[in-house]
Amino acid sequence: MSDHDHSEPPSDLALRVKALESLLVEKGIIDPDVVTAFADYYETKVGPRNGAKVVAHAWVDADFKARLLANGTAAIAELGFGGLQGEEMVVLENTETVHNVVVCTLCSCYPWPTLGLPPAWYKSPAYRSRVVIEPRKVLAEFGYDVPDDVEVRVYDSNAELRYLVLPRRPDGTEGWSEERLLELVTRNSMIGTGIPTAA
Amino acid sequence: MNTIADMGGMHGFGPVDPMADGGPFHAEWEKRVLGLTFATLGAGLYNVDEIRRVTENIAPDRYLKMSYFERWLETAEVLLAEKKTITRQELATGPASVEKQTPVVTQEIAEQIVRFGGTSRMTEGPAPRFERGDNVLARNIHPAHHTRLTRYVRGKAGVIDIDHGIFVFPDTNSRGAGPKPQHVYGVRFKAQDLWGPDASPKDSVQIDLFDDYLEPA
Repeated sequence: MSDHDHSEPPSDLALRVKALESLLVEKGIIDPDVVTAFADYYETKVGPRNGAKVVAHAWVDADFKARLLANGTAAIAELGFGGLQGEEMVVLENTETVHNVVVCTLCSCYPWPTLGLPPAWYKSPAYRSRVVIEPRKVLAEFGYDVPDDVEVRVYDSNAELRYLVLPRRPDGTEGWSEERLLELVTRNSMIGTGIPTAA
Repeated sequence: MNTIADMGGMHGFGPVDPMADGGPFHAEWEKRVLGLTFATLGAGLYNVDEIRRVTENIAPDRYLKMSYFERWLETAEVLLAEKKTITRQELATGPASVEKQTPVVTQEIAEQIVRFGGTSRMTEGPAPRFERGDNVLARNIHPAHHTRLTRYVRGKAGVIDIDHGIFVFPDTNSRGAGPKPQHVYGVRFKAQDLWGPDASPKDSVQIDLFDDYLEPA
């Protein structure tokens, strides 16, 4: 819906926001251009492609991967990513025996510098309530059936640590360039609700 | 607080819709809410723990009916009034006084905020009571104030996987009682210990618990 569509009256919520923002601007508490700048940044300047670059780099560079797992924040910063809600990063490696999946049951905590703002499903009561108690059912709803011999480890990011899953490099990608690998890394695979495939 | 926000383990919310996304913002007003929240947070008018306290305190029936950014809006209105930055009357009829301040968060400061954030890690605090490998019990406490100790682990036994270091304590920071810095641990709980014998014998949940939330098992 276009925000320039004047044929529909603004919703009650839009009016309430306008009243609050206008008041804060009139009192000199906030600068409306700064409000715009914050929104634009999160809409256009950060997103899952950042995290995908981190993952692809870890797949091709074993030393980087080791640094990433030892100190997520510092290694991610080597690629130029960091900041608000990414100050304390922990990277979780998926292995043959462990599959990690991340949630914030209490609200919506999420690693913004590497993944952008969270998708609606991540913030939904359905995901927040169910993935801690029945992760395999939830992952199946995402189309991923976790093998019986794999442990599912759910991380609830209830404090200020923010988690990024390092998915396993898919089979059949031997010799691929980092740029080509980058295209395989999905947002869901970095949250843990899916895995990347070469198909 | 035992609020609706503490919903880990609840049943009844139905299937997750993996396609529910459509980009971070679904309306122009949502962008304004995010921006004004960051501009007021960045000005030091309140802290993130206070934001969470106010949001989770929304009555359960209203909380569940509200969209995500609608909760941000409600929180901003309540918290800014609590802090006396605005009054409810002013929302209806405009500023009470002609006196105009200068916004603290400029474009330059906004850029610093997004690029560097603001960690709640602290350099000094009491010595940790636990270390990796320790068996611990999450306390069975039900404080009336904000806490990040979820109900689904209270009274349950887990193992310390990692000491993350020292952080600001949300339980006090959310109500003007200071940072009370302390160690935060990644504590791993077996699924069956949390959810009973029908849960997977293999799976686990790891959650970050403050020193004050734990006692030795």
